[in-house]
Amino acid sequence: MSASTVPRPTDPQTSISCEDDCLLRPGNTNCGGCGMSVGLTMLGRALAEAGDTCTLVIPACCGIVTAGAYPTTSYAVPTIASTFASSPAIASGVASIRDLNGEPGQVICWAGDGGTYDIGIATLSAAAERNENIIYICYDNEIYGNTGGQRSSATPAGARTSTTPQGKAQDKKDIMSIMAAHRIPYAATLSIAHPEDFARKLQTALEIPGMRFLLMHSPCPTGWKSEPGDSVELVRIAVASGLFPLYEVFDGTAYRLNAELGDIDVAEYFTRQRRFRDEEIDLGAARRACAERMRRLHALAEQYPATN
Amino acid sequence: MSMEVITGNHAAGYALSVAGEANRTARGVACGIYPITPQTEIVEYVANFPFSKGRVVPVESEHSAMAVSMGASMNGARAFTASSANGIAYMAENIMVAGYYRLPIVMVAVNRTLGPPWNIWADQGDSLMLRDFAWLQFYCETNQEVLDTTLLAFRLAEDRRVLLPVLTCMDAFIVSHTQTGTDLPDQADVDRYLPDLDLPHRLHMGEARTLGGLAWPHEGLSMRLEIDEAMRRVPEVYEECRASFQDTFGRDPGAMIECFATDDAETVLVASGTIATTAREVVRGRRAEGEKVGLVKIKMFRPFPIVALQAACRSATRMAVLDRNYAAGIGGIFWHDIRAGFQGRRDDLLIQSYLTGLCGGDVTPAVIDDVLADIGSRETAGDPVWEGIDAGEGAKQ
Repeated sequence: MSASTVPRPTDPQTSISCEDDCLLRPGNTNCGGCGMSVGLTMLGRALAEAGDTCTLVIPACCGIVTAGAYPTTSYAVPTIASTFASSPAIASGVASIRDLNGEPGQVICWAGDGGTYDIGIATLSAAAERNENIIYICYDNEIYGNTGGQRSSATPAGARTSTTPQGKAQDKKDIMSIMAAHRIPYAATLSIAHPEDFARKLQTALEIPGMRFLLMHSPCPTGWKSEPGDSVELVRIAVASGLFPLYEVFDGTAYRLNAELGDIDVAEYFTRQRRFRDEEIDLGAARRACAERMRRLHALAEQYPATN
Repeated sequence: MSMEVITGNHAAGYALSVAGEANRTARGVACGIYPITPQTEIVEYVANFPFSKGRVVPVESEHSAMAVSMGASMNGARAFTASSANGIAYMAENIMVAGYYRLPIVMVAVNRTLGPPWNIWADQGDSLMLRDFAWLQFYCETNQEVLDTTLLAFRLAEDRRVLLPVLTCMDAFIVSHTQTGTDLPDQADVDRYLPDLDLPHRLHMGEARTLGGLAWPHEGLSMRLEIDEAMRRVPEVYEECRASFQDTFGRDPGAMIECFATDDAETVLVASGTIATTAREVVRGRRAEGEKVGLVKIKMFRPFPIVALQAACRSATRMAVLDRNYAAGIGGIFWHDIRAGFQGRRDDLLIQSYLTGLCGGDVTPAVIDDVLADIGSRETAGDPVWEGIDAGEGAKQ
C-alpha cells in the first residue's frame, strides 16, 4: 500500500428504520428559504397522517442532492436516484412489482421542473397515458437550480437566468393543461403558502389510485434572487394575483378552484425578485394574462364542476 | 423439452419469458419493451406470454424500456428487455446506469448497423458501443446458442459473486430471422435452473436506503473496484453456470471461447457470431489439405477472456481477427482488445485486423480465403484491412 492509498470503506449504507414521521431528516444542506424542503416536510406529514409510506424516485435535481453523500441519506424512506428523464418509467417498474406482490406504500416521483417540463416530458406523458399507479410531484422553481440557474420551459417570461441574460422571451409552459389532457385521475396545484389546501390535496392524492400529478410552486431564493424570508410570501402573492392559481382537475374533465384572487397586484411579485427587471416586465401583459387565466379556470369550474 | 423450428428472435423471446416466469415463486417479473427492427419479434413474444406474476410495460422509448426494467429490478423482480442499433444508442444512458446500480438485468441485442446511412442488417457496432459499461457481453452463433445463453445469463447475472447485467447478442436476420430446429426447454427445468431472485440491495419499505445517490471519490472508487472484482470472478462463475446448465438440460451452452483446430495451429482466425460458422467450414477444408489453421470463436466479450485466448494461441505465429464492427480511427474492436491483451506477452505473434461484413455485408468463404491469403503473406501487421471493398486511392490520401 502506497502512502497515497487509503483503506476501502467497509460500512454498508446506513440502514435506519423509517419509524419517524419526518420524511426529510434534519441535517440536510438545502438552502434557506427552499420551497422544496417545505414541500418534502409536508409530504412526510401527509403520509404519516394517512398511515401511509412511500418509495421516492428522484431524478437529477436539487431533490437528489438533498439526500447527501453515501453512506448517509437525508431521506427516511427508500429512495432511488434516477436518470434525469426516467423517474416516471423507473417508478412504473417499482410500482408494478409492488402491485404484483400486493404490497402497501406509494411510489412517488419527486422531480424539478427541468425533469418534468423538459427532459422528462415524454416519459411523464407515457406514464400518464398508461395511467401508472404512481404519484408525480413536480416542485417547480422555474429554473435549472441545481446547475446554477438556467432557463427551463417553466421559467416565466421576463425572468433573467444564466442562459437568458436579457430576460426569457417565452411564456411558461402550461404543464397542468398538458397533464389534464391525459385524462389522469387527479391533477392539482400546490402552494406552501396554503398549507391546509396543500395537505388536503395530498390526502386526496393518496386515496386515488392511478396516475396523480401535483404541481407545487417552489420558491428558490438562490435562483429567484429573492430574500429567503420572502419565500412563502412570494408564492402567496402568486396565488392571490392569478399567476399560480390553486385548482384541481379530476379525470382531466372536472375542475375545482381552491383559492380566489386576493387584493394584490402582480407587480408586487416581480419587484421582490431580482430575477425580474422593471424594464423587462410588461406589467400590462402580465395582468391581462392573470385575468385571462382566472377567467378560463372559472369558466371550466362552472361548466365542468368537480362533484366529489 | 420440445424441438421446434423457430427464429433466433423466437428463441430469445422464449428464453426471456420462461426465465421471467420462473421467478413467479419470488417477486415476479416486469419489463419495459419497445419495438425496433430486427428485434421486434422478441418483445412481441414477451408481450404475448401469459405470465403468472408479471407485467410487460409497452413504453414510449428504449430509454424508458430500460428504466421500467431497472425499477422492477430494484424492487426485487427479474427484469429484461431487448433492442437493436439506434435503439441501443438511445437507451445507452440507462444501460450504463443499470450496470453501475448492479442490477442483474438481461438484455438481448440483435446486432444491427447503426445509422446513418440507414441499414437494418448485421453489424456489431451497436452492442460494442457498450463495451466499457459494467455489462457482461455474449455473442451467439445459432438460435440454440441464443436460447441457452440467454437462460444462462440470468443465472450468471443474479449470482451474488457477479450481480451485473448481461447482454446476449445475435446477428441481425442471419440469426434473428432464420428458422432452425431449436430445443425449447420445459418450464419445470427452467424453474430448477433459475433459483428465486433475491437481490441483496433491493428496495425494502421501511428501510432508508438511497440507491444511486452521491458518493465521494473514495467511495465511488471502491464501488468501481467491486465491479472489477466481480468481472474477474465471472470466468469461474460462468463455468459453474455452464456445468449446471448441462446437468439440467443435457446440453452444453458453450465455452467462453470455442477453440476449433487450434492445438497446433500456426495461423488462427478469431471471429464471433455467424462469421465463426463460415470460418469454421473454411478451416475444416484447409485442415483436410494439411494447413495448420485454426479458429477461435469469441463467445464472451466482456469480461474479455484474454487468458483463455492466450492459451488457445500458444502455437500460433499469426492471428487474423475478423471484426463485423468498426471503431472509427482504430479498426476492429475485438482486434483492438486482443492486441492490448497480447501486448508484451507474445512479440512473436502477428495480430492483424480485418474488417468484414460491416453494414450487413456477406462474409463468404471467399472472404475468409482472402483473409488467409493476406495473413499468410505478411511480414508485419499493418493498418486494418477492409474486406469486400477496394480501398483504391482513397486509402492512400
